[in-house]
Amino acid sequence: MNSKLTTAEKVQAGLARRRRKEFLFRLSGMLATAVGIVFLMVFFATLIGKGASAFKQTFLLLDIELNEEVLAPDGELDLAYADFDSLVRAALRKEVADVSGRSERRELNRLVSIGAGYQLRDFVMQNPELLGTTQPMWVPAASNIDMLVKGNIDASLDESLRQLSDRQIGWVEELRSADRLKSKFNTALFSNGDSREPELAGIKGAMMGSFFMLLVTISLSFPIGVAAAIYLEEFAPKNRLADLVEVNINNLAAVPSIVFGLLGLAVFINWMALPRSAPLVGGLVLTLLTLPVIIIASRAAIKAVPPSIREAALGIGASQMQVVFHHVLPLAMPGMLTGAIIGMSRALGESAPLLMIGMIAFVVDVPGGFTDPATALPVQIYLWADSPERAFAERTSAAIIVLLVFLLLMNLAAVLVRRRMERKW
Amino acid sequence: MTEDSLDTQTDQKTAAVLPDFRQQVVEFGRETVGNVHCENPFMIAKNVNVYYGDNHAIKDVTLEIGKKQVVALIGPSGCGKSTFLRCLNRMNDSIDIAKITGEITLDGTDIYSKAQDPVALRARVGMVFQKPNPFPKSIYDNVAYGPRIHGLAGDRAELDSIVHSSLERAGLLNEVKDRLDDPGTSLSGGQQQRLCIARTIAVNPEVILMDEPCSALDPIATARIEDLMDELCEDYAIVIVTHSMQQAARVSKRVAYFHLGHLIEVDDTDKVFTNPQHKLTEDYITGRIG
Repeated sequence: MNSKLTTAEKVQAGLARRRRKEFLFRLSGMLATAVGIVFLMVFFATLIGKGASAFKQTFLLLDIELNEEVLAPDGELDLAYADFDSLVRAALRKEVADVSGRSERRELNRLVSIGAGYQLRDFVMQNPELLGTTQPMWVPAASNIDMLVKGNIDASLDESLRQLSDRQIGWVEELRSADRLKSKFNTALFSNGDSREPELAGIKGAMMGSFFMLLVTISLSFPIGVAAAIYLEEFAPKNRLADLVEVNINNLAAVPSIVFGLLGLAVFINWMALPRSAPLVGGLVLTLLTLPVIIIASRAAIKAVPPSIREAALGIGASQMQVVFHHVLPLAMPGMLTGAIIGMSRALGESAPLLMIGMIAFVVDVPGGFTDPATALPVQIYLWADSPERAFAERTSAAIIVLLVFLLLMNLAAVLVRRRMERKW
Repeated sequence: MTEDSLDTQTDQKTAAVLPDFRQQVVEFGRETVGNVHCENPFMIAKNVNVYYGDNHAIKDVTLEIGKKQVVALIGPSGCGKSTFLRCLNRMNDSIDIAKITGEITLDGTDIYSKAQDPVALRARVGMVFQKPNPFPKSIYDNVAYGPRIHGLAGDRAELDSIVHSSLERAGLLNEVKDRLDDPGTSLSGGQQQRLCIARTIAVNPEVILMDEPCSALDPIATARIEDLMDELCEDYAIVIVTHSMQQAARVSKRVAYFHLGHLIEVDDTDKVFTNPQHKLTEDYITGRIG
């Protein structure tokens, strides 16, 4: 029966089944991609939803009287000890009606951030001629006020269940109706180091820490990684030892990063006595971490160089080093750089090994060098996520957004570098 | 006897395809017939054996290569002709498992002696490969590469003249003289191969090895390269590996027939093609094996 069918008929009979299979395969692929995209969208949506508000901060407009008698009671102005806070408090008291008693005054004082005093001090330092005058000034509100304005504190709750008292909420309403309350771009987030006060906390310290660390990492791991890859691919004899080295490098790439942190603690801090919490040590640890990634990527890039190019150069009489430097390296460079940038973005996102070498310390000052105490962006995210203040929640999301932007830029750079260098050939 | 039994194992596959093949080998043996010697030998290979690990790829080959002549190496795939060719400029050095015994001399000096630097050797014995493999650089830089690394040109003008004369001798100058800065890879296949030849002769070697230089080219490009070989052999000794017996007949003065690592027959080209002495050679050139 079957044998009487022609080939065309047999093919026709199976065609519908084949098409159905193909359709199902495509469908499952599309579904898998869709699931990934949905998760990514949810991630970005929650992140931006929670973090976007951190880029704004509530400020209060106060008319501050730069009273010389308060600042310099002995007639001599000492900026380090001058009482700027009481000037801020006095200005605040003028804005609201009916404040009576010590405890009410203390409640009122909590509306404004302690950063206001510092801001005032900096202002006086730059404009000493304005002493004795009254200046209108936007000062940061306390983080709870900021939260109230952003709707993160529910005023309808019972007074005992929220951070702000009824009186404080009343004052905020009073200031708001007097146009003394405004939401402005949160420059502190980018210009300050860490702080206990959320409204003063910024990621500049963490960014600088990450920057110094990555500088150490790239300047060590790229040359070392590329040199190792070249040696292993081009010069090392292919024997058991080479296989062993290869297996171990692949293994190292999969070792949990905290182990590298422990190694760094033992070698760099305990044995070599380098300072703790320093970007230098962080960079060294991240170098260990990214080396296997860079070696593997570089070896793959070197392997991808067609052997015909090598033969051509050898056949003309190029020495092995000339073959490598004139032909193999230029052709492998895009792949190597891509590997290096991917390794760097992994290093930028690492937090675990940094915990072991003290980069989790609370560091207020923005680091200015490789041995200054510092923290890093992912560690800052961890620290803030761990903080109880409501305002740190949005700042955590904001820091994650900043980190993601950096990662995105680095990966974009990897793509661009690749395109640019490949077009050259 | 032991060698024969060893071969029986390795050659089983071939033997299965050619049932009467074993018999012929026994009948005729594998000593080279014809004449391995030539007038004014320039490169002499004596009792050369090559092993790739356990694989005995070249078996006791002795061959002389004269100045100003083209020697063609022919034979079925896997017979060792390319391997032998690569011995002549030590390209096998880069293969870790390759081991070479015997002696190869270039103008009287042993090229495998410890004193011989392979880099210096390859400047004297150039090579053109099967697939055109220009560097991903400009046409000019392709040709100038050899003179540059060997320091053959004193200044830019001298380098320019080397590049121009090399391109001219490779018959490529007219086609590329206005676009020397274009990438070498932008040329057609035949032009690329001539660029590779120009690159080789820019170093002014004494011997040129060609490993199936026309196998990736169309008949017109092939004809151009064959003409080129005719011209080049006035100055250089040329050893060419080819799968085309017509090509061997057209370009070469002497032909060497390889079979499974053995050099079976060497002689003047017209002699081998009109009157092969060995049964295997006859079978190959008449198309019965190969």
